[in-house]
Amino acid sequence: MKTSYFANKFIPVSTIVILIGVFWYLVAVPMNSDKVSRQFKNLTASEHILKCWSLKKPKLPTPHQIITEMVNTTFFKKISSKRSLVYHGWITLQATLAGFFLGTLLGILLALGIVHNKAMDLSVMPWVIASQTIPILAIAPMIIVVMNSVGVTGLLPKAIISMYLSFFPVVVGMVKGLRSPDQIQLDQMKTWSASSREILWYLRFPSSLPFLFASLKVGVAASLVGAIVGELPSGAIAGLGARMLAGTYYGQTIMIWSALFAAAFLAAFLVFTIDFLQKITLKRMAIIR
Amino acid sequence: MISVSDVNLTFETNDGPVNALKNVSMEVNEGDFVSFIGPSGCGKTTLLRVIAALETPTEGRVTVNNMTPDEARKARQYGYVFQAAGLYPWRSVSGNIKLPLEIMGYSTSEKEDRTRKVIDLVELNGFEKKFPWQLSGGMQQRASIARALAFDANILLMDEPFGALDEIVRDRLNGELLNLWARTRKTICFVTHSIPEAVFLSTKIVVMSPRPGRITDIIESTLPKKRDLNIRDSREFIKIAQRVREGLKAGQTEDVF
Ligand SMILES: Nc1ncnc2c1ncn2[C@@H]1O[C@H](COP(=O)(O)OP(=O)(O)OP(=O)(O)O)[C@@H](O)[C@H]1O
Ligand SMILES: [Mg+2]
Repeated sequence: MKTSYFANKFIPVSTIVILIGVFWYLVAVPMNSDKVSRQFKNLTASEHILKCWSLKKPKLPTPHQIITEMVNTTFFKKISSKRSLVYHGWITLQATLAGFFLGTLLGILLALGIVHNKAMDLSVMPWVIASQTIPILAIAPMIIVVMNSVGVTGLLPKAIISMYLSFFPVVVGMVKGLRSPDQIQLDQMKTWSASSREILWYLRFPSSLPFLFASLKVGVAASLVGAIVGELPSGAIAGLGARMLAGTYYGQTIMIWSALFAAAFLAAFLVFTIDFLQKITLKRMAIIR
Repeated sequence: MISVSDVNLTFETNDGPVNALKNVSMEVNEGDFVSFIGPSGCGKTTLLRVIAALETPTEGRVTVNNMTPDEARKARQYGYVFQAAGLYPWRSVSGNIKLPLEIMGYSTSEKEDRTRKVIDLVELNGFEKKFPWQLSGGMQQRASIARALAFDANILLMDEPFGALDEIVRDRLNGELLNLWARTRKTICFVTHSIPEAVFLSTKIVVMSPRPGRITDIIESTLPKKRDLNIRDSREFIKIAQRVREGLKAGQTEDVF
C-alpha cells in the first residue's frame, strides 16, 4: 500500500514539480535580463544570472522569491495586519464559502424544481445556461455597483458573484443525479404508493449524492474565482483579489504571484476537503467500496 | 378478484407501434395462484405491469377487487417482485426489506419483527447487514422476494422471481412459496419460463404467445391444492404439462407466415 502510494503519486508529482521549477528558473533569466542590464554594469555572466533571480521588482519572480514572500506574509505578520496573507486569504475565503453555500442551495432548489415540476423543466434550463454565457467580468462590476448604491458592501456582493458562478455546476449535476434512479426503482416506489417526497428522500436524493459531490468540487473552485473577481472592480482594499490589484498598481510582481499562489493553495485545499467528505460519505453509504 | 377484459396495449416506439397485448381477457379469483408462461417478448411482464397500474392499456378494462388498478395500487394491495432484484445499493439486506415498511408507516418493533420473519423465510440469516454487492445474484433475488413479502399486500405479483436460482434452491423456494400461499391466502400472479414450475405451483396457467402478445390457452389445474414435489411424477401433472407444451407450440406455429 505505502510503496504503491509512493510510486503512484509522490514520484510522478514531484518529478513534474522539479521540471516546472527548472524551466521557471531558465525562463526567468531572459525575462529579467533587460532590467538587470539597465540597473547594473560590469557584471560577470554568473553574477548577471544571480541578479536575474533576485531583483526587487522582476518581470518574472522566481519560485524562491515567491515562497519567501509567502512565508514572510503568512507567518511573520500579525494576522490582523493589512500585509498579512492570512488576513487577505481569510477575507476571500469568507466570501467564497458564503457564495458557495448560497450557490449550492440555489442549485439544489432549482434542480428540485426542474425534476419535480414540468413547467420548470421546460423553462429554467435555457436561462441557467444563458446565465453562464455572459462573461463574469462583465457583470461583476454591475453587481458590485448596483449593490453598493443600495448600501450593501463588503462580503455580500462578492458572495453573490461567487454564487452566480457556483450554482451552475450544482444545478446540472443535481438534475442528472436526481434523475439517475433506474425505472425499476421508480416503479417499485410506485407499487408501494410512495409520495414524491418519500421518493425524493429514500431514492432520488441518495442516488444523486455522487453527482452532487462532483458538482461541489467544481462549484467551490468557481466560488473562489468569483470572490476574487468580485474584489477586482470594487476598489476593495482587502482580499486576495485586492492584493493582486495592488500588486499591479505598484509593479509588485512578487506580491501578485504570492497572492496567485495563495489562491491556488486555497482552491486545492477546498477541493481536497470536499473530496475527503465525499469519500467518507459515499463509503459510509456503501456506494463506493 | 382481478378481471382483465379485452385489453389491448400498443407501445409507440421510434420504429413504429409494438402490439404488446392483444385482446387479452382473463380472471384471477381471490386466493388463486396463476402462472403466466410463454416465450420471451410475449407480454408477460407487460400484463403484470398493467395489473399493477404501472402501464395503462390502450383499450379494455381491468378491475382489481372492484377498484381500478391505480386505486388498488394506492390502497397498497400489491407486492411486486421485479424481474431484476432492484435492491438499493446503499441499504443493507435488512435496510432494503424495511424500506417499504418505512414508507407504509409500520412501527419500529413491527418492522424488526417482519424483517426477521421474511429473512428466515428466504434463509438469508446472517446476511442481514450485508450490502447487495456482497450477495450472489440468487441471494439478491431472495432479498427482493423477502421485501415484497414483508408487508400485507393481498396480491403478490412475481416476475420470474426464481429465474436466477439453481434447481435445488428453486425447488425449495417453490415449496416455500406454496406454503406461504396456503398460509396467507394471498392471490399470486407468477411469471415463469419453466413448464414444471408453472404446473407445480398454479391453480391456473395462462399460456401466452408473442407478436402480438396474446393468450392461447387458460388451463385450470386439476391438481389438489396441497402438493409436494413428488406430485411431479403423477399422471395428472404430466397431462397438464403436456397441454401447456401444446399451447406454447400452437402459439409458435401460428407465427409462421
Ligand atoms: N416500455 C416499452 N416500450 C416499448 N416496447 C415495449 C416496452 N415494454 C415492453 N415492450 C415490448 O412489448 C413486448 C412484450 O414485452 P414484455 O416485457 O412484456 O415481454 P415478456 O413476456 O415479459 O418477455 P421476457 O420473458 O423476456 O421477460 C416486447 O416486444 C417488448 O419489446
Ligand atoms: Mg418479462
